[in-house]
Amino acid sequence: MKLNILTVVVGVLLLAVILELLRRRQLREKYAVLWIIVGLGVIPLAIFPRGLDKVAQLMGVASGVSLVLFLGVIVLLLICTHLSWEVSQLEEETRALAEEVALIRTRLAELDSRELSNDQR
Amino acid sequence: MTSGKRVLIIIPAFNEGESIAKTIAEVRAELPAVDVLVVDDGSSDDTIPTARAAGAIVAPLPYNLGVGGARRLGYLYALRHDYDVAVQFDADGQHDPRYVPEMVDALGEADLIIGARFAGEGEYHARGPRWWAMRMLSMVLSWICRAKLTDTTSGFRACGRPLIEGYARWYPVEYLGDTIDTTVWAARRGYKIRQVPVAMRARMGGVPSHSPIKATVYLFRAMVTLLLALVRR
Repeated sequence: MKLNILTVVVGVLLLAVILELLRRRQLREKYAVLWIIVGLGVIPLAIFPRGLDKVAQLMGVASGVSLVLFLGVIVLLLICTHLSWEVSQLEEETRALAEEVALIRTRLAELDSRELSNDQR
Repeated sequence: MTSGKRVLIIIPAFNEGESIAKTIAEVRAELPAVDVLVVDDGSSDDTIPTARAAGAIVAPLPYNLGVGGARRLGYLYALRHDYDVAVQFDADGQHDPRYVPEMVDALGEADLIIGARFAGEGEYHARGPRWWAMRMLSMVLSWICRAKLTDTTSGFRACGRPLIEGYARWYPVEYLGDTIDTTVWAARRGYKIRQVPVAMRARMGGVPSHSPIKATVYLFRAMVTLLLALVRR
């Protein structure tokens, strides 16, 4: 029973942190939704660890707990892949921005030197 | 240069303060009619003022993107300023500007011209795994491009409008992507690729690596890059 209390507390804390981050606009909704779904799924399982035993048996997995563990690893892997993808997108976006900044600085230097030569005239 | 084409020489530079002035001066002396763009890749030395003083247009990137990133900016500049031909050039003095007119002329019958070593001109030699990597790359790429290519990792290249447009949008930042990937990309889109034999000189600064471990890693990375380039959508 003690373990149940621990897992429930952890699950609720996780949800609270996400909601607080959302409230402070520190987390984009698209990521928050994902974690809220994960949190809401985990809390009932923390209270009833045997809840998935039937499903596990249907799938040929010995116990519901190992099924949760397996699914948990899969979900984490998917989220990691998704984050790597997001980072790649972000790098591509910052790269495009860096290019534009460089082009603007080039143009600015050109205009500056033109102004200088006009002043000297 | 023949037929009044507007030609831009793109030189990516990362902390090349020592050699950049000499390279620019040589290009401008040899080819007075072309514009020289130095893409500064976030250098921490005096590359920007040196290049500007030597008479080049300087596009300073806010942070280091790698040579592929610098080259894509060069192509973007060429596209926005309506250049007909863009020539990729190295800052370290390896490339000889005397070959540029020949490469630009060769664009009449191809879309991408690679200035190639091992094609009869010059004395450059490589050995061991590095040589195998270069052999393997040139065999596979010659087959893909349906043309004899002896030096596919050469950064000395010239291309016309269609490829300037393509490379301004798409040019990989990954290691070796700037040579292998861009060649395969052009070939798979039906662009004609040819080579012009050139001699390359020893670099003015820096030492080429001869470590066999590095060369083996190079071979491995070249194969990975090539395989990825071949299966890319």
